[in-house]
Amino acid sequence: MASYVVNTRKQQQQMLRELKLETLDDLFVDVPASVRLESLNIPQGQSELEVYHEMSEISSKNTVFKHIFRGGGAYNHYIPSIVNAVVSKEEFLTAYTPYQPEISQGILQSIFEYQTQMCQLSGLDVSNASVYDGAVAAAEAALMLQERRKSDILVAETVNPQLLQVLKTYCESRDVKVITVKAIDYAVDFNDLKEKLNDTIAGVIVQSPNFYGLIEDVKAISELTHSHGGKVIMHTNPIALALLKNAKELDADICTAEGQPLGMPLAFGGPYLGIMTCKKELMRKLPGRIVGQTVDTNNQRCFVLTLQAREQHIRREKASSNICSNQALCAMRASVYCAALGPDGLRQVAKNSASNAHYLARKLMEITGFELKSTKEFFNEFLMSCPIDNEKLVAGLAEKGILAGLPLGKDILWCATEVNTKKEIDNLVEIIKEVL
Amino acid sequence: MFNYPKKLMYTETHEWVKKEGDIYVVGISDYAQDALGDIVFVNLPEVDDEVFVQEPFGDVESVKAVSDLYSPVSGVICAVNEDLLDNPALLNEDPYRNWLIKVEDVSDTEEFLDAESYQQFCESQG
Repeated sequence: MASYVVNTRKQQQQMLRELKLETLDDLFVDVPASVRLESLNIPQGQSELEVYHEMSEISSKNTVFKHIFRGGGAYNHYIPSIVNAVVSKEEFLTAYTPYQPEISQGILQSIFEYQTQMCQLSGLDVSNASVYDGAVAAAEAALMLQERRKSDILVAETVNPQLLQVLKTYCESRDVKVITVKAIDYAVDFNDLKEKLNDTIAGVIVQSPNFYGLIEDVKAISELTHSHGGKVIMHTNPIALALLKNAKELDADICTAEGQPLGMPLAFGGPYLGIMTCKKELMRKLPGRIVGQTVDTNNQRCFVLTLQAREQHIRREKASSNICSNQALCAMRASVYCAALGPDGLRQVAKNSASNAHYLARKLMEITGFELKSTKEFFNEFLMSCPIDNEKLVAGLAEKGILAGLPLGKDILWCATEVNTKKEIDNLVEIIKEVL
Repeated sequence: MFNYPKKLMYTETHEWVKKEGDIYVVGISDYAQDALGDIVFVNLPEVDDEVFVQEPFGDVESVKAVSDLYSPVSGVICAVNEDLLDNPALLNEDPYRNWLIKVEDVSDTEEFLDAESYQQFCESQG
């Protein structure tokens, strides 16, 4: 990076002289010797080449599948090369949103554009600058809905299990009761929902497409929940928003999503991106940073942080959230990814993912023992029975360089995206026949 | 400088209180609205909510900060000034006419300051 500032021994000596100090250690005299680290148990320095060889050796132990038919919360989409090119620019390459934000107009503009795109996708009015991941976004959304007389949260059993765990962790520490709504045929059981809805329920969290890939009837859930005075948090896959009805059309109040499919590599599970958008009436409860557009004293377009008065750098322990910074670079990736594809491109990715998944389901059903567990509409994932022990199938396919669907109980959750070609799917089906 | 109506009682957290029969009317002082700056949002409780002496019952948001509103009495809210929800700037315009809440069934109150003591207190805050 061009702005990397070196300092030589000589310069260090100059600076020490200026400070009237002898050695660098003199800078740390205020730290008691008992808590100072004497030495680290790490090897001596190595050359770049030696380090490169060693790290390559270690990373070659990873299994990197060429063919992936698994989702379960993280999705293998193609990332246009412009995404890496743009976000690698040193002006953007920092994990943090800036501490003196208004001086960094470029970063603020990039966040503003990200927020605009997320609002366009969800159809809702306001977006924050993102949070850590999808599960955190859903949990923070639950906390947004806390009112004096309404605090309980209903959550559909069909959400990603990781989301449920994070939600429970968040809510436990705030004394918020989390009640799960049962599933019937792998989707929300409306009878159970009706039974559990009452005027103490602050909100209902539903994921669509849900953990099993099925499209939930969010519109009906919204109507039912609103009639009891509660609000709806729709958790979704942002790629699906390009094709299916968005949160506004389904009348959800908050839309959260795991943003990884928008240009983030699978990368062993992170860093990912938590997308949060909401209706205008809830904007004062939206946690984290929000960038707004305004004009400066010369009437020129510029960007500022807005609605910050409730955040922790001002309201300390009474802040509405503990979100202060996040991997803003991930939001930047999502923004560049959306811009690179454009609305038509994004829709094409969604269409191809859905149609490849439906082709995969059809081909698998030609093999005896693979049956769809639900007849409901799915997006790009679907749960199937498995003719043999699912772990055996996964192991068998792994030997052929294929990551099979996710084993769930005795079943298996398959996934396809736009990267899984017809040829690759046909090949998978042939190999499965061999393994069986 | 600031206006400290003689007929009102005050708290060190800058609320004013007026007793109307058994009902206590609560607002924020002229000093408070000036210190806050332009008020953009008021978050108030609902009728029938309980409030407790020196505990927050809501908050006011100005362009620079969100500040808690502390209840000068313990009791049950019988009215909320909903005009403020639509037009929070009313608090800047006339903090004494634009009350926040009315409380009934009052079981406890804090030790109020009269206008003169409150003015002295504010002036000592610098």
